[in-house]
Amino acid sequence: MTSSNDFRWRRDTDGLGVWEHRGKVAIAGYGHSPVDRRWDGVNLDASLGAYTIMACEKAMEQAGVTIDQVDGIVCCDSHIAGGSGGSASNWAPRPYFDAPYDSEYGITLINAQWLIGAMGFKNVKFAPTGVPTIGEMVGMASQAVGDGVCNTCLVIYPTGNLEGRYRRGGENADDYARGARQWTVPWGNHGGNDFINIFPHNQYCLKYGGEHDDLAPFVINQHKNGMLTPWGFNYNHDIEPISVEDYKSSRYILNPLRIWDCDRPVNASAAYLFTTAERAQDMKSQPVYVLNHSQHNFRFRTTQPDLDEVEMWTDKQAARMYEGAGLGPADVDIFNPYDGYSIMTQFFLEGFQWHGVKRGDAFAFYSGDISVKGPHPFSSSGGNLGNGRTRTAMYTDSIEQLRGTAGDRQVAVKAETALCAFTTPSSGGWLMLGKYPS
Amino acid sequence: MPKIIPVPDELSQPFWDAVNQRRLALQNCTVCGKLQYPPQAACQVCGSADGLEWKDVEGKGHVATCIVIEDGRLNRRMPDQPYNLALVTLDQDPTVNFYSNLPGVAAYQAPIGAAVELTFEEVAPGQLIHEWRVVE
Repeated sequence: MTSSNDFRWRRDTDGLGVWEHRGKVAIAGYGHSPVDRRWDGVNLDASLGAYTIMACEKAMEQAGVTIDQVDGIVCCDSHIAGGSGGSASNWAPRPYFDAPYDSEYGITLINAQWLIGAMGFKNVKFAPTGVPTIGEMVGMASQAVGDGVCNTCLVIYPTGNLEGRYRRGGENADDYARGARQWTVPWGNHGGNDFINIFPHNQYCLKYGGEHDDLAPFVINQHKNGMLTPWGFNYNHDIEPISVEDYKSSRYILNPLRIWDCDRPVNASAAYLFTTAERAQDMKSQPVYVLNHSQHNFRFRTTQPDLDEVEMWTDKQAARMYEGAGLGPADVDIFNPYDGYSIMTQFFLEGFQWHGVKRGDAFAFYSGDISVKGPHPFSSSGGNLGNGRTRTAMYTDSIEQLRGTAGDRQVAVKAETALCAFTTPSSGGWLMLGKYPS
Repeated sequence: MPKIIPVPDELSQPFWDAVNQRRLALQNCTVCGKLQYPPQAACQVCGSADGLEWKDVEGKGHVATCIVIEDGRLNRRMPDQPYNLALVTLDQDPTVNFYSNLPGVAAYQAPIGAAVELTFEEVAPGQLIHEWRVVE
């Protein structure tokens, strides 16, 4: 079996040229589980494992693929609060259940090996361990299919959330700061993208003018788009739309960061079926084509990234993606950047210059018509803010927009290319999709 | 409420030793001349490991920006909320920055752009941390 360690899949340096598999890899299906706020710790039909199986079955069904045809599984084996959450993210130990729920796998963690056993995959030859988050997973799968490492590959992103306040235990309850935390925690920074991005965001407001609450139109629009997204949290839980007044009167977390600038952790799973463009032609649903994938992992030069670094990083991300896709800013119809904290999205919008937005222009852009039916349907997915912290809305919406199946969310402008991501300014990846292979 | 206590490791021990002597000593690359903080095994600019030395720097800086932590996740600091968390740049090399709670400045009153100078705070017996105080 091929692992992630013995094949080179990343496109994470400058000057790589057009991707060699441009248009030769496709996404032929996707599936979403229900999106719950939390798992109750009891109902195994609503566990992360059950939801992941459900998402995989839906993706295979949409593509018209049987379980025996799947030969690749790329599954993130770190739950949503994991990775950067460290020990503060651990919900274990707990009482376990009968197999396959007799360990943490299937409950708050999912990996390819657990899925192979639970679902009965028999022909999987690519099931890497140590898989990164979805921002990079989609690139790993695209390259694996393009290189022939596998042919029919499920990409799965589970996002578990249980009772109890998110990331309040473990090292966040410690009186001591060890490792990298010795440089941040004594002053109150427990880590995370809220802290990483709020300082550059403040500098952004100072440099270009404007104030934090100029984000309100963007956040409100994300909620509106989320209410048009049948597979998202807000749509299915009757979350009330918010007004400018609601936003401006909401409580602060890291002042000026407000509660509505933060996404809502959820318990959910999503799956995508990647295959060759050639095979996708004969599958059940309309394929969309991968035009490029790119990754980045920029090192902080000191304690805290500043605005200069963030702008340099996002400029580099855009240059790599556009070069590999053979496209430029004017060619991108659908733009679904990450919004897990609203304060980072303007850096992507301006770095990629979508609809001509340049550095310092984002707040003015947000104040215009960014609705899905208008001329600038920015973040048509509703992102994490409109759908919960699934980190998959950007991908699924892009597929639906290109297929023309986004329903009430379908944009009124041309939808032939889509750029989507789960990424922060410093690390993650981008995916360019096309309605056509070239 | 006391702050959280840093635990030095092999790489950071010289830094914290200096802090406990009320000095700010950063890594300095003798090959490319770049100051480096937090300490790393090699220079992040030129990659040199052998060229890194510890160098005392002047404790002067400026407040670049500031937030106020109102709902953080650190148990030990919750009674302090709301409190300032400022980003301080070092005058000697403004690409090097530090966090500060700006002792003596009330929450929400951080003077952005103000000059600051190095000070120290005891967080455990014998363990200081570096802090920054606004210059009047």
